[in-house]
Amino acid sequence: MNFASFEFLCFLCLLTALYYLVPKRAQWVVLLLGSVVFYAFAGVTCCVFLLAVIVVSYLAVAIMGKRQRACAAWLDANKELPKEQRKAYKNKNKKGNLAIVCTGIVILGAALVYAKFVSGYFGFKVDANGLHLGKYALEIMGISYYTFIAIGYMLDVYREKAPVQKNFAKHALFVGFFPQLVMGPISKYSDVGEQYFTPHAFSGKNLYCGAIRIAWGFFKKLVVADAIAPAVGAIVAQQKGGVFFLLLCLFYSVRIYGDFTGGIDIVLGAAEMLGIRLPENFNRPFSSKSTAEYWRRWHITMGAWFTNYIFYPLSVTKSMQKLSKWSRAHLGTAIGKRLPVYITTIVTWLFTGLWHGIAWNFVVWAMLNCLVLLVSQELEPLYAKFRTKFPKLHASAPYQTFMIVRTFCLMALIRVLDCYMNVPLTFQKLFSVFTEFNWGSLFDGGLFTLGVSKTSFAVIGVGILAMWGVSQLGKDRPLREKLWEKPWLGSLAFAVVVFLVLVFGTYGLGYDASAFIYGGTFN
Amino acid sequence: MKKRIIPAVLSVVLLLAALMLVQAVLIPSRYDNREGHLLCGYYGVSDKHDVIFVGDCEIYEGIVPAVLYEKFGMTSYVRGSSQQTVWQSYHVLEETLAKDPDVKVVVFNVLALKYGKTPTESISRMTLEDMQWSASKLQAIRASMTEDESFLSYFMPILRYHDRWSELTAADLAHTFRKHEDITHQGYLMQTDIVPVDPADTRKPDMLINTVLPARSMEYLAKMQDLCAQYGAELVLVKAPTNSVKYYWYEEWDAQIADYAAANNLTYYNFIGMDAELGLDWSTDTYDAGLHLNVYGAEKWTLYLGNLLVTNHGVQDRRGDAALDALWAERIARYTQEKQQGVQTK
Repeated sequence: MNFASFEFLCFLCLLTALYYLVPKRAQWVVLLLGSVVFYAFAGVTCCVFLLAVIVVSYLAVAIMGKRQRACAAWLDANKELPKEQRKAYKNKNKKGNLAIVCTGIVILGAALVYAKFVSGYFGFKVDANGLHLGKYALEIMGISYYTFIAIGYMLDVYREKAPVQKNFAKHALFVGFFPQLVMGPISKYSDVGEQYFTPHAFSGKNLYCGAIRIAWGFFKKLVVADAIAPAVGAIVAQQKGGVFFLLLCLFYSVRIYGDFTGGIDIVLGAAEMLGIRLPENFNRPFSSKSTAEYWRRWHITMGAWFTNYIFYPLSVTKSMQKLSKWSRAHLGTAIGKRLPVYITTIVTWLFTGLWHGIAWNFVVWAMLNCLVLLVSQELEPLYAKFRTKFPKLHASAPYQTFMIVRTFCLMALIRVLDCYMNVPLTFQKLFSVFTEFNWGSLFDGGLFTLGVSKTSFAVIGVGILAMWGVSQLGKDRPLREKLWEKPWLGSLAFAVVVFLVLVFGTYGLGYDASAFIYGGTFN
Repeated sequence: MKKRIIPAVLSVVLLLAALMLVQAVLIPSRYDNREGHLLCGYYGVSDKHDVIFVGDCEIYEGIVPAVLYEKFGMTSYVRGSSQQTVWQSYHVLEETLAKDPDVKVVVFNVLALKYGKTPTESISRMTLEDMQWSASKLQAIRASMTEDESFLSYFMPILRYHDRWSELTAADLAHTFRKHEDITHQGYLMQTDIVPVDPADTRKPDMLINTVLPARSMEYLAKMQDLCAQYGAELVLVKAPTNSVKYYWYEEWDAQIADYAAANNLTYYNFIGMDAELGLDWSTDTYDAGLHLNVYGAEKWTLYLGNLLVTNHGVQDRRGDAALDALWAERIARYTQEKQQGVQTK
């Protein structure tokens, strides 16, 4: 079942009605059943993978939990023993848990790697005639997201930062809660876990805020992102260079922003209707004034996951600490301090790139982001000096705008590697900006040969302005909450958004509205 | 609570009203397409018919009910539309017989049997949208929907036509609320142009890939036969005369239909190659080089087929009934006048 479909909206409405009609203690069961029904539409193979991830993570968490309780009981019963003996017991227990969590991660990681990267060579498919082995690349909906949720939870339990969910069905709901199955967010048990199981009274506000957020998500996706998609496709397919490369950077940024944030709005809106607040994945990323800030605002939960479960653990490994000591001793404090951080950052970004796909463009994309971040970090003292010397200039609106535009352009240039999926070609097209002087195409109608008509460009333009306006109006708190407080304006706003989506949306025959970039390629 | 319900309800009403209005503008009025509204005229007639013709362009451009009444006193109506598939014909016939249960003979043109699935979504919609809402229409939609279509879009056509906003013209707006005018003559669409068959054209028909007609279309043919039996009407199969390699009727298909007719005790007339008997002259009797008949050819085929219906199928002569004579006289006069004036097709 696709988010951008009438079936999904019907499903959500029915589920929401049922959710608030059943006794409150049974609400989580409705969510679980709803998640099962939702995922069942993806097919048997997908269900098997999800079930396997749920079972493996449950077993790992349950065994660790049992061992942790046993350890605590033993420590409690043996308070009189020497501290060293107690510590040794605790360490032994921890090592045992580490082995369990590592086993769990290896199994889940292997399943993820197999599904995403290996099945294309050694895959299988099941149909009416039985099992077939061969090059059948598996398309497992949302496997990256729920696997990361499960791994994160196992690690949190190992670190004793999250409680152990002993109930298998509740554990299954936490890992497989339907709205986040397709494109995240990658939630943590400590943030959302208990929300699934606590009763939720019917709330008109939740219903309204969730519904208008879904409608707004559809607007971003169907009126803006999908409408500009043909232009992105045409520039790439026709390998247009010069000014068209710059247009591609701009168009693709708009497309991916509308597509991904629109999709996430649908996800978070659906959860909000059910009274559940999933973590935000975006916080006005195109208003960022630096790359570091951008990555704190874009795909927030993915960034947090890699930071929490790759960057930090890697930073405190013994080998990294040894390297730190060695480099400080042999290369001096300045380099010695930085080297382990650099290596950890590079490794984390490498993982981030590979999560998007096993391809050189993702590796280069990750390394470029890493490079920009590290260089910015190194130049920070210079920026600080500049800020101290010219405080007024730095605080001025034009300079602030310059920083926003600079960050946007830099990110747009790096992001365009996704489009060509070919590193040399991307750089070739980048250099064509300086060699192909075809700026006249912007004014001689060349712009309208990209599969997007004048009128569509006009609608996209208005759509972009609307997205910008809404993000500005929601700076302090979400606009939907403000609208809820004004019943007339709120109701009218909802009607207007639905009207615009139905009339100007890119859907129906000949369009594939169901495909989300982050729900497809990067799942 | 009240302060929220009223704005919510009013907004929904406003939204629906705006959508209805925009939908009315966006639905193609097909004002410039002569084949855009061929089925809807039937809902405006109240008299009964002895013969119903169903099928596609070959039938609605080949059979002239006005001639049938004038020459044989036969009351008839043509229920055909562009590229009308056999399942659409079945459901069109279903609603026709529900309204007109005393029909004696149903004549079905077999060309559409070659389609196992709906060939063109836009043309299929033209047929379906022209039908009045009924159980038959719902079933026709279900049977006709192409893979990517949504059933809901037939109830809310804005879901299908919303993207027409960028191509709207002043003419679209002008035709938004205009009632469709029935330009047919009891379902017959007149063509007065003459574009002769090119004798120098030596093209051969495409090689036949599927020698057997699709099972689905044959299944609907059987259903049509059952439906006729249910109403006590006789089903007659015909293949209209044509002289073109396009939409070619292959011998293999012909043999299959002949066998089917024999096995099911049906009559099947194939008029291809019967030019001498019909008196057809392909230099004057077609408006598109042999693909379809023009009014001159249609009259010839109608006379021949009318004679067969009277002789072999006992269709009654209704002339002498003053009310009917008056009604048909008006129709014949309109037909004759249009024929004399000629049809503006461009």
